Amino acid sequence: MVSFTPTDDQQLLVETINRYALNDLRKHAHDADESGATPANVIQAGWQMGLVPSAIPEELGGLGELSAVTGVLAAEALAFGDLSATLEIMTPALVAYPVALYGTAEQRESLLPLFLEEKAPRVSAALLEPGVFFDPHNLQATISEDGLLNGVKAYVPLAEGASHLLVYASSAHNEQIEAYIVPGDAPGVVIEKRELLMGIKALPTYRVRFNDVRVDAAARLGGAVGIDYQRLLDRMNVALAALAVGVARASFEYARDYAKQRVQFGKPIAQNQAIAFMLAEMAIDIDSARLMTWEAAVKLDAGQDATRESYLARQFADQMVLKACDHGVQILGGYGFIREYPAERWLRNGRGFPSFTGLAMV
Amino acid sequence: MTINFEIPEFIQQQTQMIKWVAESTMRTVARDLDEREHERPTAFVETMWPIVRDQQASALAKLHGTTTEPTEKRERPSTRVLGLMLLIEMLSWGDAGIYLCLPNPSLAGAAIESVGTTEQKMRLLQRFAEGDKPVWGGMAITEPGAGSDNSSMSTTAVFNEETNEWVLNGEKIFITNGKLALEESNGLVIVWATVNKAAGRAGIKSFVVEAGTPGVSIGKVEIKHGIRASDTVSIVFNDARIPADNILGSAEVQASKESKGFQGAMATFDASRPLVAASALGIGRASIEFVKEKLAEHGVTIPYNLPYHKLTAIQRDVLEMEAQWQAVYLLTLRAVVMIDQKQPNSLEASMCKAKAGKAITFITQKAVELLGPMGYTREWLVEKWMRDGKINGIYEGTDQINTLIVARRILGYSRHELA
Ligand SMILES: Cc1cc2nc3c(=O)[nH]c(=O)nc-3n(C[C@H](O)[C@H](O)[C@H](O)COP(=O)(O)OP(=O)(O)OC[C@H]3O[C@@H](n4cnc5c(N)ncnc54)[C@H](O)[C@@H]3O)c2cc1C
Repeated sequence: MVSFTPTDDQQLLVETINRYALNDLRKHAHDADESGATPANVIQAGWQMGLVPSAIPEELGGLGELSAVTGVLAAEALAFGDLSATLEIMTPALVAYPVALYGTAEQRESLLPLFLEEKAPRVSAALLEPGVFFDPHNLQATISEDGLLNGVKAYVPLAEGASHLLVYASSAHNEQIEAYIVPGDAPGVVIEKRELLMGIKALPTYRVRFNDVRVDAAARLGGAVGIDYQRLLDRMNVALAALAVGVARASFEYARDYAKQRVQFGKPIAQNQAIAFMLAEMAIDIDSARLMTWEAAVKLDAGQDATRESYLARQFADQMVLKACDHGVQILGGYGFIREYPAERWLRNGRGFPSFTGLAMV
Repeated sequence: MTINFEIPEFIQQQTQMIKWVAESTMRTVARDLDEREHERPTAFVETMWPIVRDQQASALAKLHGTTTEPTEKRERPSTRVLGLMLLIEMLSWGDAGIYLCLPNPSLAGAAIESVGTTEQKMRLLQRFAEGDKPVWGGMAITEPGAGSDNSSMSTTAVFNEETNEWVLNGEKIFITNGKLALEESNGLVIVWATVNKAAGRAGIKSFVVEAGTPGVSIGKVEIKHGIRASDTVSIVFNDARIPADNILGSAEVQASKESKGFQGAMATFDASRPLVAASALGIGRASIEFVKEKLAEHGVTIPYNLPYHKLTAIQRDVLEMEAQWQAVYLLTLRAVVMIDQKQPNSLEASMCKAKAGKAITFITQKAVELLGPMGYTREWLVEKWMRDGKINGIYEGTDQINTLIVARRILGYSRHELA
């Protein structure tokens, strides 16, 4: 039966997040962007909403509710508040979800309880690599036959001080992508200085070098079976598409309200089709992207192949968010260019989506 | 409730049956009927008439059982419009022009069902529920001087108390199925006319004009860019006389500026726009499937997991076509499900229609381009799909008009505030 209504629990969660996104995330977003950090108590409040803990399996003390649909609803609502903070709040999921989905019994038992703590564990995942031609299916980082990890990773969020890093690398042994759980302080792991990015400036990301880091078989996620890497990429694509919808909606709603109250030539600028049509297009494409994201997430939760849907949703959302944020700046005119107003921040953040592979997961 | 996109099993089965109709009675003659404009798709009409007629008959039988206006609340949410959307999508996959020749009450039915009295429904719709000969319905709003701005229409209706008749004068143009309804079958057309030009919108009323009405004639038969199998004509009213009870809704000119009658007309757009989008989806899917099939013959397949720099220009184009199609599909699905759930859907209907018009144009024009010199030949159907697709951004409100409606809705503006 076709339905566009989330469950009661999901609606409740979204309402809670909406309040938090406006009252906390949005309020601090500007200063966080300028200073390079979201206040710890704001992040902590986001963590306490329990999104990641509830996804931990029941037998380990969680609620066993790892749902992509819930994930995309939450992701959009959070990103509407602020993208940097959202990525920070969701960083633990980059480790928790793959371990919950593919970890061996020992890996699950040793790692997942970390995510039930009062405070978020400091963990991260390293997928992206520096360079123009990044291809998630052709990683330059390698694991040799005798278990040596080598390579450079980029955009690793919260890497400094992380207790564990989930590192994706090409295996010399089977030519597949594998994931390894590496202690943050393992010999050969070098966390370089914080990266300088165009946007998501409140999220600390790092380039991380792995120089002959020794990893044993027990560190291989999923043991002998390994991971379903494409499925994880699907989950990342869906998550990023949902975040893009949130950012685009922030830009849209702000521009819409602004256009109704900004008067030029004796009437609100929104009463000109040139402005009104930009807003209408934004609204239509935001809804389109959201529906595509939902469709892909439903397939993931149903255990169906979702690669095509996830990929198309991400591709559509990547373009949509840029356009929505660009229109957002345009509609504000000169004010759109001034950092005191949020539109230009959304444009900087929105532009990054094609490059954010590995930064989010549902 | 939970978010779900699964089409009920019985609708999926119905769609598969329709696919057979599309393959055997539409694809087979699609090119011929395009080349020989104004010929009728006989096999399709003969196949579909008994099906449509019997459905209409059972709908009317239900109506007989009720004494008052139907207000019954069903337990299970209806899936009627959802089924219709997928039916139209599949028929348009077969051929959009031929689909429009489906013998049924069409938009006239929607209008009679939403505003007509029980008596009118029984009397006027019975012809679609009986007999061996197919019957068509149509909707006539557009005039030479009144297109997007249909409230400025100038066809007049004057009540003659002596004969107890409405007398219509004027001309309607671009009317789909006009000739089929009024000359080639015992059908009917809903005609919009003003009873009081000075009253503006409040003066606009709708009238049921039946085949054989004196003073009604078919004028120009249009020769078109696409959907050539579809019947598009002008209808001339020269002191045309309509029985008094063939007016839909009240004859009163309301004091308030916004007439219920005119709003009623606009409300049928909320139901019909998603179905135009559904037709666009069918053409779009046909084009995408065909392009992928031809590309595959040349070793080009479409990957769903490569980074941008690893995609060829052709793959990027096809992926964009698919993404745009998916967007329209989901927007349309939402708009029809809202109708089935009896929720107001003006915004969503215009959203899917506006997106459909632009997306189908992009998809089909790309399809011709991607297939090179062969895409442009009349040996294949892609060039025809491009011509057929274009209409979806023009009728039932152009892309601009639907975008305007979306804009008004999201901004909370009236048509005076945002013109
Ligand atoms: C094949 C075919 C079948 C049809 N079938 C029917 C039918 O069955 N019944 C019926 O009643 N009509 C029918 N029509 C008519 C159709 O609905 C109209 O053609 C359509 O509404 C546009 O009106 P117009 O052609 O007068 O264009 P115009 O209204 O003159 O529009 C010209 C251009 O101006 C733009 N425009 C107009 N107003 C605005 C505005 N306010 N803001 C921005 N842009 C604007 C339009 O988008 C368009 O691009 C059919 C048309 C065709 C071609």
